[in-house]
Amino acid sequence: MAATSLDINGKTVSVTAAPDTPLLWVLRDELQLTGTKYGCGIAQCGACTVHLNGQAVRSCQTPIAAAVGAKITTIEGLGGTHPLQEAWVKLDVPQCGYCQSGQIMSAAALLAEKPKPTDADIDAAMNGNICRCGAYQRIRAAIKDAAQNASGVAVAKA
Amino acid sequence: MNAPAKGFTPSRRDVLVVTAATAGGALLVGCSPATLLSIGAKTDFGAFGPFIKIAPDGAVTVISKHIEFGQGNHAGLAAIAAEELDADWDKVKVEQAPAIAKVYQNIGMGVQGTGGSSAIANSWMQLRQAGAAARAMFVQAAAARWSVPAGEVTVKNGVVGHASGKSATFGELVADAAKIKPPENPTLKDPKAFTLIGTDRVRRKDSAAKSTGTARYTQDVHLPNMLTAMVAHAPRFGGKVKSFDDKAARAVPGVVDVFKIPSGVAVVASSTWAARQGRDALKVDWDDAKAERRSSDEIMAQYHAIASGQQTPDGEAKWQVFQTGGDPAQPMSGTVVEAAYDFPFLAHATMEPMNCVAEIGGGKHKLTFGSQIPTVDQLNTGKIAGALPGSVEIETLFAGGSFGRRANFQSDYVSECVHIAKHVGDGRPVKLVWTREDDMTAGYYRPMVHHAVKVSLGADGFPAHWRHRLVTQSIMKGSPIPAGKGPDATAVEGAMGSPYLKATPIVDGQVSLPPAGVPVLWWRSVGATHTAFVMEHTIDQLARKAGKDPVEYRRALYQKAKADRHLAALNLAVEKAGKAADGWTQGVAVHESFGTVVAQVAEVKLDGGVPKVGRVVCAVDCGLAISPDQIAAQMEGGVCYGLSAALYGQITMKNGIVDQKNFDAYRVLRMSEAPTVETYIVPSANKPSGIGEPGVPVIAPAVANALLAISGKPTLSLPFVKPA
Repeated sequence: MAATSLDINGKTVSVTAAPDTPLLWVLRDELQLTGTKYGCGIAQCGACTVHLNGQAVRSCQTPIAAAVGAKITTIEGLGGTHPLQEAWVKLDVPQCGYCQSGQIMSAAALLAEKPKPTDADIDAAMNGNICRCGAYQRIRAAIKDAAQNASGVAVAKA
Repeated sequence: MNAPAKGFTPSRRDVLVVTAATAGGALLVGCSPATLLSIGAKTDFGAFGPFIKIAPDGAVTVISKHIEFGQGNHAGLAAIAAEELDADWDKVKVEQAPAIAKVYQNIGMGVQGTGGSSAIANSWMQLRQAGAAARAMFVQAAAARWSVPAGEVTVKNGVVGHASGKSATFGELVADAAKIKPPENPTLKDPKAFTLIGTDRVRRKDSAAKSTGTARYTQDVHLPNMLTAMVAHAPRFGGKVKSFDDKAARAVPGVVDVFKIPSGVAVVASSTWAARQGRDALKVDWDDAKAERRSSDEIMAQYHAIASGQQTPDGEAKWQVFQTGGDPAQPMSGTVVEAAYDFPFLAHATMEPMNCVAEIGGGKHKLTFGSQIPTVDQLNTGKIAGALPGSVEIETLFAGGSFGRRANFQSDYVSECVHIAKHVGDGRPVKLVWTREDDMTAGYYRPMVHHAVKVSLGADGFPAHWRHRLVTQSIMKGSPIPAGKGPDATAVEGAMGSPYLKATPIVDGQVSLPPAGVPVLWWRSVGATHTAFVMEHTIDQLARKAGKDPVEYRRALYQKAKADRHLAALNLAVEKAGKAADGWTQGVAVHESFGTVVAQVAEVKLDGGVPKVGRVVCAVDCGLAISPDQIAAQMEGGVCYGLSAALYGQITMKNGIVDQKNFDAYRVLRMSEAPTVETYIVPSANKPSGIGEPGVPVIAPAVANALLAISGKPTLSLPFVKPA
């Protein structure tokens, strides 16, 4: 099978999956970047959220053909010291934790666009990410905490 | 006195022991079930026993016999041991125990397992003793090394010291301490001397891993040579494979094999996407001769017919008394209030759909996944693989939620994976992946329930005669409980034993459990998911009928029933809530489940006809609080889980086929709908009780009571929001 070249977390990688394969499964199975999760497969839950040129997208509905040439960022690409990740730990946001990669990626795209989001901004940006444990209150608090502490810091580089 | 009828309520311990023993085959005389079930297991522990490991550098690891799937128990369990050990909490780690029932059984269950909000409660003394014993070993080692009396040796934050100025870290002493015989009855701390337990320092140990994508779930397991499997399941419960055509499936690149297993047709492939495409290409003809073909409406209609007396239930559905008092034959007089309630099937809908990794054959039988009841999963695996249960190795990972779904007597998805791995053979790893659609349509739902309540009020306005009819499907039916023990307690708990019934002179509570072909299971807070709603919402209707304030009405009933903990929780919640904000209306509910009492005050308004919940004030009595932060987290999450179901949750079926297949149709709570939850803990010196479930069942009646105050109309069926 012809190889496809993708730019993931600043590195160019070559993958063998067919062009219509969802980016999610290429990340998880072929590249073993398993921080990005499968939750619904129909862009309803947000667990698979990654960035494409800085925009939050659902990788379960993004064929790799549509990601060629774009800068793809996954949770692994945030580096572990992103202000959101620090706020998540500080406030003990996760419960089961399965949705949190997607939550953080959606929040990172939000902060990159709106460094001081309002509650309405948070609702709009985060409503596509389901948390069945119901950690929403802490997710909201952590986004605000990160926004507070990240003033002047460039967040969520694409 | 209106005590629940005695002698029929199996504890969860009885249930699980019986299940385990019968499923496992012959019971050896003189051998406890847990020991029997551990035959074949490797039991080799370090000097500090099965619950504590201390590395040469002094790093302390606490072994958790309970799975962590969000409820925060790993933090609390580690803190209990660390408190008695006086370890440096910041450096304490938590590790998941292997499956060995003999050593790691849940003391309340008799098998190794997590459930019933029991992790902290059943581990409390065990981990205190483990921590205290290890501490004593360090003290003795230091005393010997320094030639000082052991009574003069202190331990703080992982450093052992003496007034002379001598000090040594755990790392410096561990080699000596490991040689000391652990004391059998170590001295435990006076809880007043606790420095870690009950403080805000008791925080989760897994937040960093879960915020960086590095926490390991079943879905993330990659093993050399591993195959990925998906299964085509029957569209109706009880359907079987008649025949299948796998030509197109086998033509999909990456598909390795296609074969029949008891639960359907398995497609095994080199990747998840290939397995998915292979399954999509599969053509299966199903035999529905023995399948459940009814719609959910038809099942509910039957429940109504039984409750109203139009249909007389027979056989296993016969009426059974769950609570009685006074002379129920007396006719009701005076003011009578009637209310009948309907509750739908609910899916657990964990974020991580069910999955499992199995390696079977070539002398190997290993499972790697989020096992909630490892002993039962070992038994079911052993039966399929032909192995001693204890020899089935289980590596338990984080699970992306359970809410009851993974505690399953049939080990449904585990068994499916084991069948596939056995067919593949040679111990080759197979990861079974369920799609969201597989997960949502697989059943094991919270059963549908119907309650019909009729209450007469005495001259004082309080209940004089309470008639309660409850119709639902039995959760415990699928488990081999000894017959003749009376009704399934999981169906009636929360109505049975309610302080309101205790305060009522005449009580006539009966349950009918007609069978249905839909697999049902406990769902976070089990019976309380509906009984709390019925009891709490009925009480508000009675109070209104009696012209009394619902809070005052409850206070009087709790005093009559000597329900002091209910009263204290109610008072604390009401005090902290204060008056509702402008434009919002408060509703109150209180319920005890799993030994914990939770009172909630919800502030509600109608937004385009849809209830909007703004602020929820919780007061919780869970005994001695180990981790106030995680207690708050469980209240926050429990309110959201309960509210999600109350607002939108329902699984329906037409002609036996489930209507909701994914989150587009099975709507769940999202960020913009999440309330702000405040948590207050009732001070208590009692031993700790559960916290994972008790917050869930209280929110729906609190919201219904607010809506009753707004509109004067009771809510007689859930969810609040009906699909268009």
